Amino acid sequence: MVKTVTDILYLISIVGFLWGLKKLSSPISATRGNQYAMAGMGIGVLVATFAPLENSFNNYLWIIIPMILGSIIGYYSAIKVKMTAMPEMVSLFNGLGGACSMFIALVEFLKYPDNTSPATTQILTTSFASIIGSVSFTGSIIAWGKLNGSLRDSFKLPAPIFVNLALLIGLLGLTAYLMLQPTLNYTLVFLQVGLSLIYGITFVTPIGGGDMPVVISLLNSLTGVAAALAGLISKEISYIMVVGGILVGASGTILTILMCKAMNRSLLNVIIGGFGGNGNSISSRQGSVRETTPSDAAIMLKYAKKVIIVPGYGLAVAQAQHICHEIEEALTAEGVVVKYAIHPVAGRMPGHMNVLLAEADVSYDNLLELEDANKEFPTTDVVVVVGANDVVNPAAKEDKNSPIYGMPILDVELAQNIIVLKRSMSTGYAGIENPLFYGEKTKMLFGDAKSSLSKLLEEIANA
Amino acid sequence: MEFINSNLQLIYILVLAIFLGMEVIGKVPTVLHTPLMSGANAISGVCVIGAILLIRQSPPTDYLNLTLGAAGILLATINIVGGFAVTNRMLEMFKKKKK
Repeated sequence: MVKTVTDILYLISIVGFLWGLKKLSSPISATRGNQYAMAGMGIGVLVATFAPLENSFNNYLWIIIPMILGSIIGYYSAIKVKMTAMPEMVSLFNGLGGACSMFIALVEFLKYPDNTSPATTQILTTSFASIIGSVSFTGSIIAWGKLNGSLRDSFKLPAPIFVNLALLIGLLGLTAYLMLQPTLNYTLVFLQVGLSLIYGITFVTPIGGGDMPVVISLLNSLTGVAAALAGLISKEISYIMVVGGILVGASGTILTILMCKAMNRSLLNVIIGGFGGNGNSISSRQGSVRETTPSDAAIMLKYAKKVIIVPGYGLAVAQAQHICHEIEEALTAEGVVVKYAIHPVAGRMPGHMNVLLAEADVSYDNLLELEDANKEFPTTDVVVVVGANDVVNPAAKEDKNSPIYGMPILDVELAQNIIVLKRSMSTGYAGIENPLFYGEKTKMLFGDAKSSLSKLLEEIANA
Repeated sequence: MEFINSNLQLIYILVLAIFLGMEVIGKVPTVLHTPLMSGANAISGVCVIGAILLIRQSPPTDYLNLTLGAAGILLATINIVGGFAVTNRMLEMFKKKKK
């Protein structure tokens, strides 16, 4: 009877997760969705803590104290974090989830009395929960370091491909060896965790900072899988952990695939690290760059009918999303239609740019996705590119030798005029020339994104 | 074969959950990908339940297990509370611009 009630309550939690995720499909119902998922989690945790349990000692002090501490730390950091710092925050939280699965797997191994060994399938699932949890833990910490800038891409480990392959084979071999042994060797269990933790570091370190949207999605998916495995290994399978974990795994996988597609690269290519090309491809267009001034650009914008702003990573770095919105308002007041075109990999995690613009009060109705934006460019008078580079590079369409050839881009050249706000003529993440800057329709406005935009705003008010 | 037979129910659940997850999440628009990820991230903290059950069943003197389990709870709770709170914060920003 008690068992049935707890099972039903767990089922309600699972429905909470699912319903919550479903409600996330529209910005209007999304807040409610988050609350459903939260309620699901709350019910699950309460049931796990207080439902009667056979052979239990409860040890409530060991549960309540870390829980209160964790809640305070989690809540406080969530309230404090800046929206630009969201990717590293999510990455760090993700790593903690992985670490929890790792601890569960370890305890599960340690529970076996000396000189016995669990069933081989049990060792297999426990090992994988431990390996995947550990990898996602240290991997996320490295991703966190890369995203907040404390770990530069120039920090490289020797022979990453060889080391990673060796570690992977070593871990699989070790797991197989553990499965074949008559008694469980704890030294090897700890060696397994240690190697996995190292693998997480060597796995993420070679991946470039610009590929972080892919990496965070992948790590997110791994944490989900680790949680699902951790649910499988206990004596009584915890379905809430299995289903919850799989949902996270699915969402991470979908986002990973989407991000890879948006860059036209395979996951393997991203993992091996860096763009294959070394910038040798020669642009078909050469010549001089046309520079413009804030006042000329302002006049151009003010007398346009339709303007599309293409924000990129540079806008996020310069924290210029608020000024961008002010320009949008000023132009709208003049009767100009202003929209934003957002490339899927703009920003540093999936959908990051949308959040930054939402923070600056930009209405999500004005945000265009890649395909819709490309449909609207031909009827657009002026495109303003702010801190974006590779995602508007026509070489992806024109130059078969370009390393980014085939990547879906925002085809800004379909518009009448293009104003590019850029710090200098330097290349983007892919390290290649951008022929757009030499285009006949293109005018460059050099300077820091934020100060250029403020000058533009001033000139729009004056003009 | 024997493994499949004895775990048939579990395999059903795994397969269905994967499809359900793909179906539900595939419908989330690009605008909401960051909240989706942080919300899913919070859900991955569900492993806290495993840690809670482990602690409850551990002998009160098995300090190694208790410490590892408590560490698990601490980290997973940060993940859960932080994840949901931050998702909520982001979604509120989307909501207020409904015109």
